[in-house]
Amino acid sequence: MTYLRRKILFYLVAAWIAITVNFAIPRMMPGNPVDILLARLQQGGATVLPQSRRALETALGRSGDGNVLVQYFEYLGNLFTGDLGVSVTYFPTPVLTVLGQALPWTLVLVGVSTLLAFVLGVGVGTFVGWHRGTWLDGVAPTTTFLSAIPYFWLALILLFLFGSFWQVFPLAGGYDYDTTPGLNAEFLLSALHHAVLPGLTIVFSSVGAWMLGMRNMMVSTLSEDYVLTAEAKGLRSRRIMLAYAARNAVLPSIAGFAISLGFVVSGSIVTEAVFSYPGVGYVLLQAVQNNDYPLMQAIFLVITLTVLGANLAVDLLHSVIDPRTRKAE
Amino acid sequence: MNTQPTFSERWSPVLTVRGLSVDYEADRPVHAVREVDLALGRGEILGLAGESGCGKSTLAYAVNRLLRPPAHVVGGEVVFHHADGAETDVFALDGEQLRRFRWNRLAMVFQGAMNALNPVLTVRAQLEDVIRAHEPATDRRERGRRCAELLELVGVDPRRLDSYPHELSGGMRQRVMIAMALVLRPDVLFMDEPTTALDVVVQREILAEITRLRAELGFAVVFITHDMSLLLEISDRIAIMYAGRVVEEGGTERLRRTPLHPYTLGLLRSFPSLTGDPTGLHGIPGRTPDLAESLDRCAFAERCPYRREVCDGEQPPLVAHPDSPAGADGRAACHAHDPSRYGTAPPESLLRGEFRPIEESEVIR
Amino acid sequence: MATRTSPTGRAGREESPEPSGRSPLGDPLPTSGGRRNPLRRLRLPSSGKLRAGLGIVTAIVLFGVLGPPLTPDPQAISGAVLSPPSGEHWFGTTQTGQDVLAQLAEATRGSLLVGFVVGILATALSVVVGVVGGYAGRKTDETLSLLTNVVLVIPSLPLAIVIANYLAGGGLAVTVLVIGITIWAAPARVLRAQTRSLRERDYVSAAKASGERTWRILFVEILPNLLPVVASQFVFSVVFAILTEASLAFLGLAGFGQLTWGTLLYYAQNAQALVLGAWWWFVPPGLLMALTGCGLSLINFAIDEVIDPNLRTPAHKRKVSR
Repeated sequence: MTYLRRKILFYLVAAWIAITVNFAIPRMMPGNPVDILLARLQQGGATVLPQSRRALETALGRSGDGNVLVQYFEYLGNLFTGDLGVSVTYFPTPVLTVLGQALPWTLVLVGVSTLLAFVLGVGVGTFVGWHRGTWLDGVAPTTTFLSAIPYFWLALILLFLFGSFWQVFPLAGGYDYDTTPGLNAEFLLSALHHAVLPGLTIVFSSVGAWMLGMRNMMVSTLSEDYVLTAEAKGLRSRRIMLAYAARNAVLPSIAGFAISLGFVVSGSIVTEAVFSYPGVGYVLLQAVQNNDYPLMQAIFLVITLTVLGANLAVDLLHSVIDPRTRKAE
Repeated sequence: MNTQPTFSERWSPVLTVRGLSVDYEADRPVHAVREVDLALGRGEILGLAGESGCGKSTLAYAVNRLLRPPAHVVGGEVVFHHADGAETDVFALDGEQLRRFRWNRLAMVFQGAMNALNPVLTVRAQLEDVIRAHEPATDRRERGRRCAELLELVGVDPRRLDSYPHELSGGMRQRVMIAMALVLRPDVLFMDEPTTALDVVVQREILAEITRLRAELGFAVVFITHDMSLLLEISDRIAIMYAGRVVEEGGTERLRRTPLHPYTLGLLRSFPSLTGDPTGLHGIPGRTPDLAESLDRCAFAERCPYRREVCDGEQPPLVAHPDSPAGADGRAACHAHDPSRYGTAPPESLLRGEFRPIEESEVIR
Repeated sequence: MATRTSPTGRAGREESPEPSGRSPLGDPLPTSGGRRNPLRRLRLPSSGKLRAGLGIVTAIVLFGVLGPPLTPDPQAISGAVLSPPSGEHWFGTTQTGQDVLAQLAEATRGSLLVGFVVGILATALSVVVGVVGGYAGRKTDETLSLLTNVVLVIPSLPLAIVIANYLAGGGLAVTVLVIGITIWAAPARVLRAQTRSLRERDYVSAAKASGERTWRILFVEILPNLLPVVASQFVFSVVFAILTEASLAFLGLAGFGQLTWGTLLYYAQNAQALVLGAWWWFVPPGLLMALTGCGLSLINFAIDEVIDPNLRTPAHKRKVSR
């Protein structure tokens, strides 16, 4: 399967570029990045232990004295053995441990709400596109406003209304600290309760784009001959709408998933920051505020690699839905 | 059934179009089809010809209730005659009735089969869809059997059932489209430029297939194309459209030998005949009129070498001209064959089948 | 950042940039103008969407331009701390007694400036990468589109956060640069697809065959016809830049020295405006942002309808065949 091989190759290249960019960024600063960052840490009021220097050196691939190339391979080596250095904020916890605790929260929150937004948006988009020329056309401009609202501001408003004003949902965190994290009903319910507002934020802010994209593709697809043929064939409109129009119209949405996912993930970072949700976004904010470069860079990498992985999965799904890609050149 | 045009003796209508008009809504509405009267006989192949934009496809779409805005029917009726003598007013059908009627009695093979087949469904799924929509009681095995049979009928290996459209050649796709049209054994098949996108060899094969299937199954065909040579070969009867109107119709042989309308003449002369002399090849100078105009004159007048005053003042009706060489066969909308309006008998050169500028001596003031 | 109103729709159109509005008349319905006067294609059909969009954007731009001179010093501290909207302070005050309206005007100016400058930067980058790649084809195209696609799939905000943090304190210029280099890819992709389809048009082939110089073909035959797409991508980049800057600023990573909507929200959040119930402080910046995004998107819809006439909603009822 050439399509598959090409896709995998592409994501490997993308991952490699991301990793290299991650290595290169600190080097774009003038001077020795480790010294500069240590100085900045000190200015921030943190006590700089000798270990902090080593943590930074590992993260930046600077422990050896060799030239850039040697450092680069050292950095790659560390990466593959899972050694991303030690967090400065949560010293001396390894970065990987910090991430391991945060990642599940983000994966579940962003995963579920993205899926929800996608299904909802594509569903409504299909319907609105099918009934174009009716009052439903008015739905599109409305969602424009919705999707123009910045994630974090919507988060603030929801937090203000439901958390501070009506007090139906918690103000911060991922679960009640009275509960024990694990597979028990109490904890899961509390986690769900905490996830409602951040989840809603992500769904609200991203559903409009899916809807609009799908609506427009539906409108384009409806003028295709095969839709006309389906109509002439006397098929039921449900069948025409789903198997002939929507089935084809959704393909670009799925192909475009890669692009959109990046936005959703970006948006979820600020959303988590607002809700102090214990996911990667919140940890990133902590890292930013504490000049915790090892953590920051690791998060960038993890987010990027996760997004790439998700995209690969969606591309595989695409090849299942669109038979033409299976043997594309 | 005999493929020879024996229809004339036991001709009975299967589809009647009366006064059909279609507009494209715009700032100035475009009158794409204008008061078309046409009848299709059971089992006959009717060729519908004309240059692009003459309204032939629009007419077919209208009859099949497939017009989409901005196009819409502004007048006329379409009646389908069932074999048992019952009649269906096609424009009166609505909702579920319309859905059931579709494909059942009238089916259509669209221009460019690549776009008419859903790219993400297998051939089988698209064939079975028809059965499922119209005969929901049919079980899986029966559906599969019928689909395989249909592909065989049109000369495609039934193993192709599980192929996707992009895996088939152009000719195969068109055959699949024909199979799809035949699923419910309709009485009428509309074919809109079914062979235009195909190369000549495949085109031949498809035409032979259509003729064979028609002989075998006895359906009537409305064959739409701008390719006159093709129509002469395949049709029993031909209708010529110009600027939204039928300007002439009649048996293929008669039309070829003694075309009445100068436009038909022009069309016949604008392609090389394999047997005829190569010297008489002409194009038709001039352009089609603006379809947004409501014409109270002969639409072809500007381009017509036989134009006279009456042509600019009055629209010629589509009627039989029993005194013309055509006799009782067919109708034409041309003043030249009506001495009471034209002033003289039809010009000799027209009767001789010459499409050439009128000579000064022939002009009667 | 879901304001990318049509990444999905766009991606689809790439495959078939030609609107498929074939009419049963045989000829395509009269839609896009040919090459005669490409500029004509940019003439927008006057629609409700366009008017509403232009109205909103004009109002906000006027506020950003005329607001600062007409309002008091946004940094001036007064005794009226965290006071709700009143006759004296129409939009209330901050926790140090600064006038929110004055701050808003200044922030509007800042955000619009960032959006505009980044918009130009990103559009320029995307035109260069997209048009060169799309026109050149082969290896150049492969390399450029690989680059584009990689930048596309790498989430831009985390990257911007990391870069911005390393370059902390660089001011507005750094912010603009960081955002610019992270968002050009999506427009570049669209432009590449459009260029590729234009390259195949007859008049371009004719120009090539008649030996016209490449740069002349690019500037005379290709670019003018790309104008609607470029315009739409520019508008879209502006929206995106404003939002990204706001996100960065909200995280405390941008906009120092210049008030923007994002920094305003950052200060409000840090001062616990939410808990204190000072809605007049954090509601207006977000609303302005949403309105700007909405207005610009509406303008973009109008442009999109020029590019793809299929999207246009016909004025009359559609009913005949359904």
